[in-house]
Amino acid sequence: MSNLSTGQQKYLLMHRKHKRIVRISRILILLSFLFIWEFTANTGIIDSFIFSSPSKIALCFFGMLMDKSIFLHLGVTLYETILSFLLVIAISILMAVALWFSSKLSEILDPYLVVLNSLPKSALAPLLIVWLGATKTTIIVAGMSVAIFGSILSLYTSFTTVDPGKIKLIYTLGGNRFHALSKVVLPSSIPAIISNMKVNIGLCLVGVIIGEFLAARDGLGYLIIYSSQVFRWGGILIQSASMSSRTIKVTPVFPILLSRLFP
Amino acid sequence: MEQVLELKHIHYAYHTLEGETPALTDISFALNKGEFVSIVGPSGCGKSTLLSLIAGLLEPEKGLIKINGKYFKESTTNVGYMLQHDELFEWRTIYNNVILGLEIQHMLTARTRQRAHDLLDLYGLRQFEASRPSELSGGMRQRAALIRTLVLEPDLLLLDEPFSALDYQTRLTVGDDIGQIIRKEKKSALLVTHDLSEAISLADRVIILSGRPASIRQTIPLIFDLDADTPLNRRNAPEFKTYFNLIWKELNTDE
Repeated sequence: MSNLSTGQQKYLLMHRKHKRIVRISRILILLSFLFIWEFTANTGIIDSFIFSSPSKIALCFFGMLMDKSIFLHLGVTLYETILSFLLVIAISILMAVALWFSSKLSEILDPYLVVLNSLPKSALAPLLIVWLGATKTTIIVAGMSVAIFGSILSLYTSFTTVDPGKIKLIYTLGGNRFHALSKVVLPSSIPAIISNMKVNIGLCLVGVIIGEFLAARDGLGYLIIYSSQVFRWGGILIQSASMSSRTIKVTPVFPILLSRLFP
Repeated sequence: MEQVLELKHIHYAYHTLEGETPALTDISFALNKGEFVSIVGPSGCGKSTLLSLIAGLLEPEKGLIKINGKYFKESTTNVGYMLQHDELFEWRTIYNNVILGLEIQHMLTARTRQRAHDLLDLYGLRQFEASRPSELSGGMRQRAALIRTLVLEPDLLLLDEPFSALDYQTRLTVGDDIGQIIRKEKKSALLVTHDLSEAISLADRVIILSGRPASIRQTIPLIFDLDADTPLNRRNAPEFKTYFNLIWKELNTDE
């Protein structure tokens, strides 16, 4: 690798420099935000009772780490989110396939899907509790309800926009509709399925948190409600931060798994 | 002479809510074994519809189609169809693209796999077997598409303007290339095109269709006095111009 031309070396150097600037800037933004927050809270410019402060949050987080309560809540929410996410993916792929197979079915169901998708799902959560009781099932269904209809619609759209020439090719090779599905529609929709998954993991988390707000004895949503009732704002902020960071961590896992399954 | 394909009084129309558009009226012709026939006609006259009917993708409203003396339902597998675009799948390697038809028809055996390798080797794509379609030039892609069709060992090849998506220079060489491959494999072929010189350079016979709804206006047999009868040599032959003018005139006379 030592015999690179000077032009190439210069390019690589520029690239590394660019990456370094991006990384350092990102960290600087976070640090200066935390610093300003801490500083203003300590000097009384903002009310630390209402806005909390980084040091208070760190202490609160440390406390929850010590009594291990955070792991329980994290684990419960993670479990519920992943379960509802997997169900959403499985059901929406099956539904999209069914709709793709029968244009009649899709024409019949289209208005229903659009209406169900635009329904305010958080408003449904109290109803779900009445129907299903204050159990984990309710929370998982709440998580699913937020994501599933949009997921079906977007997958179906990507199925129907597959190049008709490629489908014609399958028929000219003597294939039927099943071949068109398995050889063309599904493989060419993998990018769409992956981006759909990325959106859905976030939506499922939102749905699960909403469910936990209303019907849980553990989980992050419960912790948020509990913290807000006892004015432990720090607790809420920890949860919000850990939720979003966890989503970032979980998000890439499924696409990687999927690309392993379909090389 | 043995007939690979026979069409008798074919009628076809497209239906929409606005009404009916007749596409083909009373088309009858036959294709002998090993013969290469070109069909030319004004654009939008229903040339591609005709191929879709022969391939069984559409059903004629009236008329009979026989392939190898049998009705369509009894023999589907031995018609190869080459589309306007190569339609190679980017998520498959060239080899896996070539065996797609074998996969669909459950014909993947050691023998057919070997045949796929042999054809790729014969037509210069051996070192691209593991490549993705995007790594190949337009001409090579079209060749891979032809191999995908040939590996199913069709008795009859349908070519639906297979070179029209290529640039002019590639088109001449690929046309020459593919024309010779088809001759070498001794396939019967039916080429639909709007490019008269392509039709003349490749075929034994040219069928001229009228505007929509299409009917057969005339059939012109092509005879070239050449030592090496390749598409490119034909383009330089004196007969080429005569045939071109003849077909051109026939296409442009109003009835």
